[in-house]
Amino acid sequence: MPEGRVRGHLKMELIFFYIFAGLAVATALGVVAFKNPISSAFALVVSFFAISAVYAMLQAHFLAVIQVLVYAGAIMVLFIFVIMLLNLQPEELEERGFSTVFKGAAIVVLTAFCFGLIFLFRQMVFVFPKADASFGTVKEVGKLLFTTYWFPFEYVSILLLVAIIGGVVLAKREL
Amino acid sequence: MILTLAKIVVPLFVILNIIPLLIWLERKGSAYIQDRRGPNRAAIFGVIRLGGLIHSLNDVIKLLFKEDIIPARVNRFFYHLAPFTAMSVALMTFAVIPFAAPMYWKGKLITFQAADLNAGLLFILAIASLGVYGVMLAGWSSNNKYSLLGGLRSSAQMISYEVVMSLAIISILMMAGSLELNQIIQAQGDKVWKWNFLRQPVACLLFIVAMFAESNRLPFDLPEGESELVAGFHVEYSSMKFALFFMAEYTHMIIASAFLSALFFGGWQVPFASTEFLRGHASQVLRIVLAGAILVHFVAGIGLLSRGKTNVLTQKWGDRRDYEAIILGNGALLIALLLGAVLLYFWPIRLGRYGPQIVTAALQAAVFLGKILFFCWVFIWVRWTLPRFRYDQLMRLGWKFMLPLGLANILATGAALLWL
Repeated sequence: MPEGRVRGHLKMELIFFYIFAGLAVATALGVVAFKNPISSAFALVVSFFAISAVYAMLQAHFLAVIQVLVYAGAIMVLFIFVIMLLNLQPEELEERGFSTVFKGAAIVVLTAFCFGLIFLFRQMVFVFPKADASFGTVKEVGKLLFTTYWFPFEYVSILLLVAIIGGVVLAKREL
Repeated sequence: MILTLAKIVVPLFVILNIIPLLIWLERKGSAYIQDRRGPNRAAIFGVIRLGGLIHSLNDVIKLLFKEDIIPARVNRFFYHLAPFTAMSVALMTFAVIPFAAPMYWKGKLITFQAADLNAGLLFILAIASLGVYGVMLAGWSSNNKYSLLGGLRSSAQMISYEVVMSLAIISILMMAGSLELNQIIQAQGDKVWKWNFLRQPVACLLFIVAMFAESNRLPFDLPEGESELVAGFHVEYSSMKFALFFMAEYTHMIIASAFLSALFFGGWQVPFASTEFLRGHASQVLRIVLAGAILVHFVAGIGLLSRGKTNVLTQKWGDRRDYEAIILGNGALLIALLLGAVLLYFWPIRLGRYGPQIVTAALQAAVFLGKILFFCWVFIWVRWTLPRFRYDQLMRLGWKFMLPLGLANILATGAALLWL
């Protein structure tokens, strides 16, 4: 959470943070609350947008754009693709055994837990190192990915390749 | 603050006005390609026809007043959201496309784009990948099997060719070394042989094909195949929502042209006239441009007047339409005279401190607009020339041919950058 000191542009940043964070939480709740699966998927897309906005406010430009590009633009498109192919109508979905009271109680308990965590963290003192102006730009992320973190980078690429091969093997009609 | 607002509103205004022009260009262009005349009947007061441009105005009025039919069991929220998403996503991309070289005004650097993002190119890719949602939601929420099929096919096509587009962009990125569009355009310089379409011809070709697929234009027209799917994913939309889809398609075309000309054809660079040259010789440039405009209007006016005289003398149509050429010819001559008066009165042009920069920016923006319109014409030209791809041919082309070609291009570019 950014510092709440009301001073010039920081106040604007605080307002925007609350708007985007609130949107992210509300739509994330909407993912589990909507009956229609496409409404849930779309709520998740909006949630990703809001999280991308929070990234942008934290000066992580590259990550913000990549979040929209990869998550909201590719992964969720495929999710919605599959949901549309199945073409579930809300009437066809079975109603689970949880009652509404139980759901409401679960939400209240989780919210209280989150507030408790926030209260706990506020007691601690965080010391953030000062970052220079090129923090979060594509150049810096690229440099780090190819020098300090090159091994995890290559490892993740191989992991993605394994996932692609697994998907192709599962979906092929004949090998 | 006002400057940012102006940078948002002016390109928006320009795009929304290019769209009727493109509709006219498409109908007249397709007509002449198919050896017919195209629409030329709509007129103002029976006399001003402007070669069919009034038909675009008629289209707007017609689409506004049509009955807005909503089918019975649609999902209302997504049914109304889909055209809105399609249009706004198409318009959002214009925020990062620069129209002219950055200039200094009272000590501050002004870039001619609404948002000077560090990851400008990635932003365009991200927003383009959101364009799939408009199509998918439209196809699904219409409660119609044909439009669902059209929506699914279209979204599969769009995500396949997004990959190809990204690969083509990566090779440009490797050569320019930055994601900001201004840097890429400035790195291309003003000489035409240094522009990226000659330094990366494979990437240019891949990008053009991918852009055709992204904007659902022929030859990748299957989602709205008029003879197969009865207009595909937007079959259940009427009046203003259909107009929004229609406009969104043309906006995609304009953006594809803008993006193509920015990445590969030098963007706002005036061929053979660099920014410093233009700023140094601004008054001569202004005089030459004004003289050119006067010449064009003069010649057009004389031509139109002679045609009008022939029309009236031979009574070509027998009613008020004969006089149109005379009215337009007189108008053109009047503009030529006005510009001539301006040129002579302001002959010793005193431009002041910021005058040269404003003149340069205006000229570069005009050249950029010209490039956009040229590529839009290429889009229209290809649409009425090539037949449509079948769906499996389309997917095979995207994944089995263009993807390896894009990867090989990246390898070749990397090798060339490393060892040349």
